[in-house]
Amino acid sequence: MSPDKARLDEEFSALYKAHLRDVYSYSYYRVGNHHDAEDLTEQTFLQAYRHFERAQRESEGRPLRPWLIRIAHNLAANYYRDRSRKPQTPIDDASTISATHTTEALVEDRDDLKRILECVQDLPDDRREALIMRFALGMDNREIARALGRTDGATKVLLHRAIKQLEELVQKAEGPTG
Amino acid sequence: MTERTIDIETMLRQALAPVEPPAELKLRLETTLGSLVDLAADELESWELATLSDPKNWVRLGRPAAAAVVGSAAAVGLVVLRTQRNRHRRRAQSSNVAELALRTLRDGGREARKLLDDLH
Repeated sequence: MSPDKARLDEEFSALYKAHLRDVYSYSYYRVGNHHDAEDLTEQTFLQAYRHFERAQRESEGRPLRPWLIRIAHNLAANYYRDRSRKPQTPIDDASTISATHTTEALVEDRDDLKRILECVQDLPDDRREALIMRFALGMDNREIARALGRTDGATKVLLHRAIKQLEELVQKAEGPTG
Repeated sequence: MTERTIDIETMLRQALAPVEPPAELKLRLETTLGSLVDLAADELESWELATLSDPKNWVRLGRPAAAAVVGSAAAVGLVVLRTQRNRHRRRAQSSNVAELALRTLRDGGREARKLLDDLH
C-alpha cells in the first residue's frame, strides 16, 4: 500500500470513529426509525469513503463533519423522493429521554418531549434539519451553514425562525388550557 | 408542561439527545469499510505491478488510474451494501442458516449483475 493511501485510510478511519454517532443521530432523527437510519448511515460512509480524498483537498483543513452531514442530508432527500415517505417521529424510543426524574415527572417529561418531537416533524424540512444539527449534533452556525450550503447569516435567521415556529406549534398543541 | 415555563431550547436538547448507533451497525460498517480499504489497496498494488512491468503504460501512471481503482472498490462496496439492505427480507424468508446463506449469495450475484449493467 502506498504511504499516501495508508495515510488517507487512517484519516478516514479517524473521521468515521469521530462522527459515526453524529451521522447516526442525524439519520435517526431525519428518518425516524432505526432500520432506515442504519441504511442511511452505511450509505453516507460509503459515499464519504469514495470522495474522501477530494473532500480533504478542498476542505483546506476545515473540519469535515459538515461535509459528512451534507452527504447524509442529500441521501435522506433522495430517500424521501424515491419512496414518497414522510419522516416518522421517533417517540417510542425511551433512550431519547436521559434525565432521571420521579415517575410522575418522567411521564410528564415524556409527554413534553413526545410533543416537541411531533412538532419538530411538522416544521418545514430546512428548519427541521437545522434544529437536528444544532441540538442533536451540537453544530455551530458555521458548521450548519456549510452542511446546508447557506451563508452564516441565512443560517442564523433559519434557526431563529425554526425555534420561533416550534414554540408556536408547541403552544398550539398544548391547547388553550396549557 | 402545565404552569411550567417553556424553555424550548432545553427541551429540544433533551428531545433530540444524541443516539448511540447499535453495536451491530458498527460491526457491519467496519467490516464493509475494512473490505473496501483492503480491496482498494490490493487492487492498487496489483495494478501498479502490472503497469510498471509494461513500459507502454509508464506515461499513464498516476491519478486517473488510482481514481478508477477506488471507483471499482466502491462499486464492490455498493454490491455489499445493496445485498445487505435486503437482509431483513432474506432472514424472514429463510427457514435455516444454509438457506439464508444461499439467498444472500444469490442476491449478491444479482446486485453485481445490476451494477455492471448500470456501469455499461
